[in-house]
Amino acid sequence: MHRKLSYIYLNMSNRVVITGMGIWSCLGTDLETVKDALYNGKSGIVFDQERKDLGFRSALTAYVEKPDLKKLIPRNQRQFMPEEAQYAYMSTLQALQQAGIDQAYLDEHEVGLLFGNDSVAKATYQAVSKIYEYKDTSACGSGSIFQSMNSTVTMNLATLFHLRGINLTTSGACASGSHSLGLGWLLIKDGLQDCIICGGAQEVNLECVGSFDGIQAFSTREDEPTKASRPFDRDRDGLVPGGGAATLILESLDHALARGAKPIAEIIGWGFSGNGDHISTPNVAGPQRSLELAIEHAGVDIHEIGYVNAHATSTHAGDGREAMAIANVFGDYKVPVTSTKGQTGHEMWMAGSSEAIYSILMMKNNFIAGSLNFENPDEETACINIIPKTQEAHFDMFLSNSFGFGGTNSTLIIKDYKD
Amino acid sequence: MTKEEIIEKVNPLLAEEFEVEESDITPDAIIKDTLELDSLSLVDLVAVIEHTFKVKIPAADLPTVKTFGDLYNYIESHQA
Repeated sequence: MHRKLSYIYLNMSNRVVITGMGIWSCLGTDLETVKDALYNGKSGIVFDQERKDLGFRSALTAYVEKPDLKKLIPRNQRQFMPEEAQYAYMSTLQALQQAGIDQAYLDEHEVGLLFGNDSVAKATYQAVSKIYEYKDTSACGSGSIFQSMNSTVTMNLATLFHLRGINLTTSGACASGSHSLGLGWLLIKDGLQDCIICGGAQEVNLECVGSFDGIQAFSTREDEPTKASRPFDRDRDGLVPGGGAATLILESLDHALARGAKPIAEIIGWGFSGNGDHISTPNVAGPQRSLELAIEHAGVDIHEIGYVNAHATSTHAGDGREAMAIANVFGDYKVPVTSTKGQTGHEMWMAGSSEAIYSILMMKNNFIAGSLNFENPDEETACINIIPKTQEAHFDMFLSNSFGFGGTNSTLIIKDYKD
Repeated sequence: MTKEEIIEKVNPLLAEEFEVEESDITPDAIIKDTLELDSLSLVDLVAVIEHTFKVKIPAADLPTVKTFGDLYNYIESHQA
């Protein structure tokens, strides 16, 4: 039940596998639907009139279904959950089921939790509004404090699933969901945890993205919502915000096999870096070091990497600089590159985890989803091999980038697991 | 608002908010037991009454509001 300190000093190097995945996104709320949506180039982007009425420069957003938890969670616990925690609960239920982990298992073993999240805007806004309206803090209600802390996702999931391992929210802007997987990989590799529920969650509401819209970061192609998010394309004019939640069950290979689980894929490398530069404008050197460190950790030749799932969000500066970083690292090897954000918009705190799942779905089903809306490169993005249309393709290993405000970068390398 | 009007408004409101059967809400029933309130969710009762009736129930008064009958009386006597 309790981890012995001696584990810490063993300098272990476990293989880290993924045994379960769950997704709640604008492309679907189960893996099969999301796989088909990826293959068919479905867009999850819509126009939201309420945002327009409130003066948003761009009223575009991903549409994510709201789960109905009334039959799953009692009211006294549900009231602590903002929408991002609700999405995360649903994706985690799926992931645990695929991993073959039930509540009895969680009750008997030390399972950890690392989830990316970097805002609780709607819950915070609602609470503060009530204080201003009623001049009484009781008016916030009892759930408000738990909904409006950045760690709301991990505090809710840990409570609902009775988790007793590491319990931590990773807040690394739009790389949050990738850092959670990277940290999970590190803790399991080094023998500090056997099994960790990892993921990322992102609230989908206007409160969360209003100020983001205010810095003119979003696409204004409102007359064509499904064409607005166009990573790497010459005519890209900004990102489209999205969200939901994604969960991956990470565990040591020995642990997975010992309990009879079937590994899906293996995380073999994590790279990270800071740009040490501008708060919103990325550079090339920072992301490049993240890629290089991931490849070094994985100990692989770049030619083994059959696909790159780019961070590319459809902003002019970000996509161009990421393309240059990829080109610098891969040189003459024109590795296939796409950004699934053409379909999903930018899932922000969730993106690193959801995009790992999207890429694994492609890897397991032998295709690369075309980079939706990529029609023409510009001078900067022409230096990489962007796949515009879905193609049948076999690859055993991919690299996934996530970068965020403040210059935080995270890169994962994941390979297929075969018996 | 008469007491009858208060009852007509309070019962469905609390039944929906706390997800209990409206028929369980009777004047003699104990609020905490019926609504399954714990020390945290007690605050939600205060919040929903304040929001709906603009009647604040200070913490010092809460011990006097045990049954739904007590609550109807409290709202009736404190409404603006």
